[in-house]
Amino acid sequence: MIIFDQVSKRYPGGYEALKNLSFEINAGEMVYLTGHSGAGKSTLLKLVAAIERPNSGSVLVNGHNIKSMKTAAVPFLRQNIGIVFQDHKLLYDRSVFDNVLLPLQIGGFDSRESAKRVRAALDKVGLLNREKSHPIALSGGEQQRLCIARAIVNRPSILLADEPTGNLDIEYAHDIMEIFKSFHQVGATLLLATHDEAILRDFPARTLALNHGELQR
Amino acid sequence: MRTIGSQHLSVLGLTFRRLANTPLASFLNILVIGVALSLPVAAYVLVKNVQSLAVEFAGEPQISVFLEMNTSKDDIARISKKLKDHGAIDSIEFVPRDLALKQLEQSTGLADVAGGLTQNPLPDAFIIHPLEMDSSKLELLRDDLKSWSKFEHVQLDSVWAKKLEAILKFVRQAVWILAMLLSFALIAITFNTIRLQILTKRDEIEVSKLIGASNAFICRPFLYFGLLQGLLGGVAAWLIVGGGLLALNQNLLVLSQIYATNLILHHLSLRDSLVLVGFSAYLGWFGAWLSASQHIWKVEPQ
Repeated sequence: MIIFDQVSKRYPGGYEALKNLSFEINAGEMVYLTGHSGAGKSTLLKLVAAIERPNSGSVLVNGHNIKSMKTAAVPFLRQNIGIVFQDHKLLYDRSVFDNVLLPLQIGGFDSRESAKRVRAALDKVGLLNREKSHPIALSGGEQQRLCIARAIVNRPSILLADEPTGNLDIEYAHDIMEIFKSFHQVGATLLLATHDEAILRDFPARTLALNHGELQR
Repeated sequence: MRTIGSQHLSVLGLTFRRLANTPLASFLNILVIGVALSLPVAAYVLVKNVQSLAVEFAGEPQISVFLEMNTSKDDIARISKKLKDHGAIDSIEFVPRDLALKQLEQSTGLADVAGGLTQNPLPDAFIIHPLEMDSSKLELLRDDLKSWSKFEHVQLDSVWAKKLEAILKFVRQAVWILAMLLSFALIAITFNTIRLQILTKRDEIEVSKLIGASNAFICRPFLYFGLLQGLLGGVAAWLIVGGGLLALNQNLLVLSQIYATNLILHHLSLRDSLVLVGFSAYLGWFGAWLSASQHIWKVEPQ
């Protein structure tokens, strides 16, 4: 559950990324975030994951107030949020398997349970036969799917994705959306930033449209 | 499901692999720490050895009392009883003047000279073994005995041991100062190693933070690394000093044969060895902690 109440975010230097933003996303909902580049999509996602903090207004995520929460509490919030990064943020010094294992190590799962979960997540994104490869050997689409596997492996209640189908051709993009859909069907809250018209058309859901940091009605 | 123990174990395994992944760099780091620590350790070992040799040669301090030449048998018996009843005295030995002369002839090879004497110039003497070895108490006892009648000369036989003790005390202090300085060196070495590691692992730290790793989780492998490096450095210092002693003892063997004594330098006791390795490991951990708390907090994901 995500609640924004009159949220503004200014960056140092005076640039106002978000202006007086209010909306609610219920638990288990799937929501698109659209808008031109620079409209504030990424900033909004960063506020949800407490990577940035709002200047005014309140952001509530799973009951935590992002503005006032202690730095030491942030890790526990993030352990419950899966993030699919636009630039993947994979670790190139370790195997595909170990990349997906990282969130489970952080969560303190035991190693046998972890191995099972990692393989299940890799199976879901179709990379099970690549578990010993290194990310550098994967194609762009495969790297994207690896990033998704890492985001869902510890079954977070919220999944954030920043342009998950960014540079992919339509077939790959559909595959990835199917993965998201199946994750949504087991009860996760999804917030996907995208400007991919084909995706919005083929996988319809509630849409929040941002325009220069404000919500379009 | 969540088992903290196995988590620490896997981090320890990871740390070993990190050390093994860069064998030359790890080896050189450990060697530098070992050499730095081996200096004060070697000095400490030498001081300890000299001290135990000194005790061996000096024995326990004793007080020699030489009686006046005209002391009668009755006086001697009276004095002997009085000494035995004295509270600060453990035991006494009486050395009659005839026996003293005989011993002088035997031990120094001065039989000719002694034989030429018309009368025995040596006085009767007591050798007193005090109860307490504390030097101030010994001096008190000596001053007390000096005031007794029939006592010509009272001598405390521990002056040279005291001088040696004073010198050793000074050297020991120097060793501690050296140890302290080189401890700082150890901390600095670890601090820098960890700083470099954090720089090269910036991506990993950033990603880990983004997916919910606490600072403690991120710090852990670095702290283990510092601990392990310090521990191995301590072991290296122990081995370096051990090797040095081995070489020195071989030379001492020759010296021992010449002087017909058993000179041998001993390495650190088990307890001291454990303290060395433990302290070195602790310093490594501390240096890593300083470095990690300085640098990991600064890595904030964008």
